[in-house]
Amino acid sequence: MPFGLLKYGFRGGRLPARRLPARPELKPRYDVVVIGGGGHGLATAYYLARDHGITDVAVLDKGYLGGGNTARNTAIIRANYLTPDSVRFYDESVGLYRELSNELDYNVMYSERGHLTLAHTDAAVRTARWRAEVNKHLGVNSELVFPDEIRRLCPQLNLSDEVRYPILGALYHPPGAIARHDAVAWGYALGAADRGVELHQKTEVTGIVRANGRVTGVETDRGRIACGKVVQAVAGASSLVAGMAGFRLPIRTVPLQACVSHPLKPFLDPIIVSGSLHVYVSQSARGELVMGGATDPYGVYQNRSTLEFKEGLMAHILELFPFLAEVKVLRQWAGMADMTPDFSPVMGETPVENYYIDAGWGTWGFKATPVCGKRMAETLATGRVPELIEPFRLSRFAEFRQVGEKGAASVGH
Amino acid sequence: MKIMPCPLNGPRNISEFVCGGEVVVAPEPNLCSDAEWADYVFLHDNQAGVVREWWFHVPTAYWFIAERDSRSDEILRTYPASELFNKRQAYRPPKGEAKGTGDGS
Repeated sequence: MPFGLLKYGFRGGRLPARRLPARPELKPRYDVVVIGGGGHGLATAYYLARDHGITDVAVLDKGYLGGGNTARNTAIIRANYLTPDSVRFYDESVGLYRELSNELDYNVMYSERGHLTLAHTDAAVRTARWRAEVNKHLGVNSELVFPDEIRRLCPQLNLSDEVRYPILGALYHPPGAIARHDAVAWGYALGAADRGVELHQKTEVTGIVRANGRVTGVETDRGRIACGKVVQAVAGASSLVAGMAGFRLPIRTVPLQACVSHPLKPFLDPIIVSGSLHVYVSQSARGELVMGGATDPYGVYQNRSTLEFKEGLMAHILELFPFLAEVKVLRQWAGMADMTPDFSPVMGETPVENYYIDAGWGTWGFKATPVCGKRMAETLATGRVPELIEPFRLSRFAEFRQVGEKGAASVGH
Repeated sequence: MKIMPCPLNGPRNISEFVCGGEVVVAPEPNLCSDAEWADYVFLHDNQAGVVREWWFHVPTAYWFIAERDSRSDEILRTYPASELFNKRQAYRPPKGEAKGTGDGS
């Protein structure tokens, strides 16, 4: 194998690395305009072109591709949710993620690690059992495990009783995985560009043009463009863009902070999450511990980091892994989480005709990137909302039919 | 730690406070439609800029109003709720209910 690799390295005639095309001039009109060049927007454009033959598509982003919350999450992929609606939805996403590197011919470094949601109280054990049963019923691999099994799966965890919140059990979800979040955006961008989709970075949408209750175009800082349909996929600015289109959303935008440690030798295989302690931690392929916690207590449109967050998070991390006390934090950042009251996304139709929304992704957006792109593309192409995402429609709030997803990250039990 | 100037308690650490959301005028629950009520309960302006919010000082159970820039997180002004809500609201019975009952007055 090493010789084969060496020979390959010295052999000429390989195809050059795929590059994104340079930004073209804006055309006066597109069939579909996607606002937001993150994972979701790019995936939507990709599946529009691949599955539905719609290639007259422009993806607009005020910054650069995948530079918003796609780059700011902790890259965890799982389907062990609580409500059947969510379990079905995220399970399809896990299936698409498994095939994504082959599908895109781009390595997204999908790595199945197993996912442990720790329970520190009787109430949390009960929720874990509930989630396991709902998951199994829908064919998703999850089970309730107790400290003897947890010790086998993750011997590094502090399972002592001599802590403030002893570990009583866990929801074990073997398909839980991590992936390289930037690669997901870049892979979809290349796949979409190969099929004729135009990618317009540094192109900010400044207004939504409407006539008779339907969208007819968008204003950008590079001029006005007409369009057939629009989909907004701008996590962290959803209310602001929806405000341009003239409607309000059930969203509060709150910072979600995270950080990574300096690189360590691989020691942590599974992804460890604790709803009670507001901790999630995994070890990336680079060896960095990727750590996140609860959302900030109030809304700010700013990616600042706070000392209180890190103090609280580290206190809990050290309870789980006391031997990390000497490890340094290498990077810190925050993303903007669009929190909905039922911890579920908002997808599909809006009060404006031909204007579709993909928002409310709070702390659960990255793991839904492929399924959301695929199903939003289907919605745009067919004009019908697929059954899979129908429970997440914007109008559910006016009907008092919220989804109530307490299996979301950063939700205490 | 960020400091919140409380109208009752003076400057205190912001961890002593809870944000109660945007100040909005509640529709009359007995008279409004379901759609108006859902709008009031679920939908938010959630805009970037100067926002007017309810805040609650937990140790003293005191609600007040703060004006804050949601882009810079700068607290511009705080004041007692009585500055905005200074008129007594008369009870309005739901449609169909006999007048003069229900509020004990």
